Amino acid sequence: MLKIDNLHAAVDGKAILNGLNLEVKDGEVHAIMGPNGSGKSTLAQVLAGRDTFQVTGGAVDWDGTDLLALPAEERARAGLFLAFQYPVEIPGVSNAYFLKAAVNAIRRHRGLPEYDAMDFLSRVKAEMKAVGMREEFLYRSVNEGFSGGEKKRNEVLQMALLEPKLAVLDETDSGLDIDALRIVAEGVNRLRSPERSMIVITHYQRLLDYIVPDQVHVLSHGRIVRSGGRELALELEEHGYGWIDAGAKAAPATGATGG
Amino acid sequence: MNAIDTWVARHRERAATLPGAAVPWLATRRHDAIERFAALGWPTSRLEAWRHTSLAFLEQHELAAPEAAPHPATTLAALRTGFDDGDHWLVFVDGRAEPALSVMAAVPAGVTICALSEALAHRPEAVETAFGTARDAAAPHALNLALCSDGAFVHLARGTALEHPLHLVFIGATGAADTHVRNLIVAEAGSEASIVEHHLGGGATLGTVVTRVQAAQDARVTHVKLQRQDERAIHLAQIEASQARGAHVASHSLSFGARLARNDIHTRFDGEGCEALLNGLYHVDGRRHVDHHTLIEHAHPLGTSREHYRGLVDGNARGVFAGRIIVAQDAQRTDAIQRCDNLLLSKLAEADARPELEIYADDVKCAHGATVGQIDEDALFYLRTRGVDETHARQLLTYAFAAEVIERIAQDSLRRHARATLLARLPGSALLEELL
Ligand SMILES: Nc1ncnc2c1ncn2[C@@H]1O[C@H](COP(=O)(O)OP(=O)(O)O)[C@@H](O)[C@H]1O
Ligand SMILES: [Mg+2]
Repeated sequence: MLKIDNLHAAVDGKAILNGLNLEVKDGEVHAIMGPNGSGKSTLAQVLAGRDTFQVTGGAVDWDGTDLLALPAEERARAGLFLAFQYPVEIPGVSNAYFLKAAVNAIRRHRGLPEYDAMDFLSRVKAEMKAVGMREEFLYRSVNEGFSGGEKKRNEVLQMALLEPKLAVLDETDSGLDIDALRIVAEGVNRLRSPERSMIVITHYQRLLDYIVPDQVHVLSHGRIVRSGGRELALELEEHGYGWIDAGAKAAPATGATGG
Repeated sequence: MNAIDTWVARHRERAATLPGAAVPWLATRRHDAIERFAALGWPTSRLEAWRHTSLAFLEQHELAAPEAAPHPATTLAALRTGFDDGDHWLVFVDGRAEPALSVMAAVPAGVTICALSEALAHRPEAVETAFGTARDAAAPHALNLALCSDGAFVHLARGTALEHPLHLVFIGATGAADTHVRNLIVAEAGSEASIVEHHLGGGATLGTVVTRVQAAQDARVTHVKLQRQDERAIHLAQIEASQARGAHVASHSLSFGARLARNDIHTRFDGEGCEALLNGLYHVDGRRHVDHHTLIEHAHPLGTSREHYRGLVDGNARGVFAGRIIVAQDAQRTDAIQRCDNLLLSKLAEADARPELEIYADDVKCAHGATVGQIDEDALFYLRTRGVDETHARQLLTYAFAAEVIERIAQDSLRRHARATLLARLPGSALLEELL
């Protein structure tokens, strides 16, 4: 279980997360929605271990470990996965090499035998097919020259290969057409299992037509200001985010944890 | 000890025993060359072209041949693994041809490959034009002409092609503290060859290398220079090419060794529709210094040039790149791209990259750029979120940055060799290799 308690984070002295509380139990899928700039990506990056953000308060407990004490690579090896809102291009490193480095780093940590080249290739090719990626993407540099949608598929591919315990998807749906969106959603749904939890960050409710969350949270000014079921997403769709900013100032936003 | 007079004295002492001593035109050129060298002296930072790389220290620099060295045969055997049996090997030890070590596979009729000393002994007239003169030469290149003791002579008759690469292996052993070699490559119309220079060897030596390439109409010459000398060596090299109509010249300069390495690379388009690729990679660490000065002269229309240099600069080292492209008024529809990108691997490392375009024509497509930067933090974090530890992620990104240069080497065995050489130099090579 993931338990985020009163998390504060800042960048260059500017506060971005202002006392965020969230609990995600094993097997649950939580959606986080919120206007641009509300801190969604910051939350995702802080969870993944990006040290450009300073954690200025609070704690994150993950199955009894202090998540914030671990370097990024150890979080990944322990089963945390972040699908980036803006996947990074790495010129000169082939996607195949990158995927193999990632998969073997994690398998080594889990005490599993590393894949040999043949096993790895057949596994990757099968997963690529599932997310609708052509084989040529294996031999191109990581994300270099990929379209927005191709980059997002590549994120879902990595998620499938790495089999995380906790996956955080940061606006994986943004910029996708409806077919791509469906493929991404299927990728997520295929991975749903009682041991695996997911935090799905999205700006639009339409993704939630395909991925049905256990809970929906609304983030505003670095805090969760509303939590509820699916209907909350529909409410947001109808009324936009305006009312939240108005309401956030009036109502104290503590105690908005799920469960 | 190595003041200018000492070099003049060396010329006097060696003149009688240098190859071609009895050839009048050569004796005259050597004489003119040492005079020019004496008049110029070692270049200092007062000269624009040597602003970042003064050689004034050579006035007092102690040179020494290595006290011990592996047998050249051992060095050669190690080098040859990974290359095809059909490759040609011309070996030079301490600046002189070593026929016993050279391995020449059969070459097609019309292709001549021999030591320069041999050509000068039997047919000096065949090399007279290609040899060049010291007129306009920078001091180190004038010194090279005055003292060169050997080198390769390659002549490709019209329409001939050398299928396998020719390797010129220059091994520094215990016999010399200074070496001077000169290679002449004459490619007649429509001929084709790949020629690789390997510069290896120990000691606080000084070496000058001049390679002159004449590519006639539609000839294709690929030149690879792989310098991995002792980290105390001084390496001063020049590649001077001229291209006739439609000729294609590719120069790959990989500079890994030496305390100080300087490469002056120049090609000139003497006809329409020429193509040049200037591709380079340097890796320096410690207190070492590397400098590439390049010049591409687009003197005629429809020429294409691509120049890509990358540097890995570590420790207290310094990497210098100055690239100039001149597009003459007549050289309409020139297409030129020039880039130099540097990765600084330590806080004290320094890189100077100066690309320059001088354009006198009006219908051209030219672009240039240079960067000096660190490893991309976003890429580093991305790799770490995929479970790759920070050290390995840095090594991977460093290798990937450099490998883009190597991937431009078209010939498979050469590219593989260059890749392995780079990998062996970088930390973490075992992990990287396993994943390639
Ligand atoms: N590296 C950074 N440096 C400065 N400000 C940042 C940085 N990252 C995010 N911010 C700021 O923090 C706020 C929240 O950003 P972000 O977490 O990306 O929001 P969201 O993902 O919800 O759109 C914004 O005001 C953004 O400008
Ligand atoms: Mg965001």
